[in-house]
Amino acid sequence: MINLAGRDILHSWGKFVLTGMGLGLLIGVTLTMAGVYRGMVDDAKVLLTNSGADLWVVQKDTQGPYAESSSIKDDVYRQILGLAGVARAANVTYLTMQVRHGDKDERTMVVGFEPDQPGEPGYLVAGRRLVRGHYEAIADVKTGFRLGERIRIRRHDYEVVGLTSRMVSSGGDPMVFIPLKDAQEAQFLKDNDAIIGDRARTAANPSLNRPGVPGLLDAINASQSSNRNVNAVLVRVEAGTAPDAVAKEIRRWKHLEAYTGTQMEDILIAKLIATAAKQIGMFLAILVIVSAAIVAFIIYTMTLGKIREIAVLKLIGTHNRTISAMILQQAVGLGLIGFAVGKIAATLWAPAFPKFVLLEPADAISGFVIVMVVCALASTLAIHAALKVDPAEAIGG
Amino acid sequence: MMEPAMEPAMDKGIHIEGLSKRYGAGDTAVDALKEVNMSVAPGEVIGLVGPSGSGKTTLLKCLGAVIEPTRGRMTLGGEVIYEQGWKIPDLRALRRDRIGFVFQAPYLIPFLDVTDNVALLPMLAGRSNSESRARALELLQTLDVAHRARAQISELSGGEQQRVSIARALANRPPVILADEPTAPLDSERALTVMRILNQMARQYQTAIIVVTHDEKIIPTFKRIYHIRDGRTVEEAGEGREIS
Repeated sequence: MINLAGRDILHSWGKFVLTGMGLGLLIGVTLTMAGVYRGMVDDAKVLLTNSGADLWVVQKDTQGPYAESSSIKDDVYRQILGLAGVARAANVTYLTMQVRHGDKDERTMVVGFEPDQPGEPGYLVAGRRLVRGHYEAIADVKTGFRLGERIRIRRHDYEVVGLTSRMVSSGGDPMVFIPLKDAQEAQFLKDNDAIIGDRARTAANPSLNRPGVPGLLDAINASQSSNRNVNAVLVRVEAGTAPDAVAKEIRRWKHLEAYTGTQMEDILIAKLIATAAKQIGMFLAILVIVSAAIVAFIIYTMTLGKIREIAVLKLIGTHNRTISAMILQQAVGLGLIGFAVGKIAATLWAPAFPKFVLLEPADAISGFVIVMVVCALASTLAIHAALKVDPAEAIGG
Repeated sequence: MMEPAMEPAMDKGIHIEGLSKRYGAGDTAVDALKEVNMSVAPGEVIGLVGPSGSGKTTLLKCLGAVIEPTRGRMTLGGEVIYEQGWKIPDLRALRRDRIGFVFQAPYLIPFLDVTDNVALLPMLAGRSNSESRARALELLQTLDVAHRARAQISELSGGEQQRVSIARALANRPPVILADEPTAPLDSERALTVMRILNQMARQYQTAIIVVTHDEKIIPTFKRIYHIRDGRTVEEAGEGREIS
């Protein structure tokens, strides 16, 4: 038996392929949306993996340092180092801010870290690690910074001495790593005018500027202009030690919050990007509905264009199932072309997106199944119209 | 499966007695056909002529098992196919295997080539692709269009398309062909050529052919003509002019 659908497609392949390409671009957008979500999840996981920590110690009753702000004193890490099972502990700061690069600002997450401790970038793709205590930076390649370039963070210039990759915040902002002391200053230090104002107010306060107590005013001023806060302490536990057990001890004795990797992943994925995920989920649902409507419309229109042929086919004895199969096969064929075009398009344009787009094979397989099911369902409208065609229409009158 | 109700005494062509068709009911009922009688023998080509709205198309649809008559009796190839209801359970198979259709416009399937347009019917009847295509080629040769066997329909002239549609109508060797204004879009020469072909095919395949027409050019070629007016038929002898 002749494959009527195949012959019809071959007969008007140009129109069919162009229609499939149009549908394919829509499917490409749908796959990309799924890739954007996967990219967000992956960014969150990479952030945790690259920090090199087993535990995140943060301010009590907060879910910091990524999902909420957290502020703890920078000497807390010494107490934590004293706990059983702790191999290493190091202070870190995280601050999402604009970094001046030439004549424009780049949105980045500035990370303050201590060299050779948890929190430093795991690997470099170019340049070297920080060797000076101040004003050197390592940047993720997505910042667009180059080795030797100078960038401005708050009121200081930093030289980019190293480049790393896949170091982004949960929001997808590329990271810039600078020495911890510089980062504390950038995050907590007041500007000069505010310092001058504070000093004037302190000097004018008789209880803080007592004539009989030399050095008191200087001590208070020094206290106001220095900063001893960090956002978190990253902890690596000894081999064979359960991070949960150490976290429990920290919560109990240090009155701080401690999260394991699993808990932190839950905070990042289930809470921090949950709204964005719902947003993308809505987009995906709408795109699937729009795709289905478009496929249904295209197949319906194509079928209406063949009403006379369908009437003739029915008149000369073609089974309804043969006509239904023809329409179904065309819908599925359109879906196949659309999916192929969409997958290729998504693969080609994904790297151009500013944030990481992760196209997972499993999503592609799910997408393929959904496209086929949607096409099959969308063809039912056209099949219904075709089955209603009266063979008498071929005779006319 | 069809359950034949054979009547050996009946002609092998198509025979209708007292066929009526009423559309609607009550005050708005319209009798499109009123007690129509008609017989066409195998190998015979008859004309069915009448003004617009006289009931020609309704009669053609009844004969083609596309609409159901209200009452009467129809036999095809000696088998009763309608008498107080259809006697054939599978009308689709009846149309496919035992009735050929030729339309005013050829209505060929544009996405099939010439051979497959003709071979489609035997294939639908369950014959193998090779057998169906062999039969199609044989018919195309008989109708002098075998040289266009692999052509697309859009590449054919109007006359060639009509020949292919006649080949399609004959593909399952039906005992009857219903031709609805088959020469309307053709000039005199081509119209007469189509009529010559229909007559030749009727004789060669012993097919009864009913040609519905308004076409003055071809009316003299019929030996018998049924005039239909207000749903009733009147039979008269035609000129039966030979077509050179």
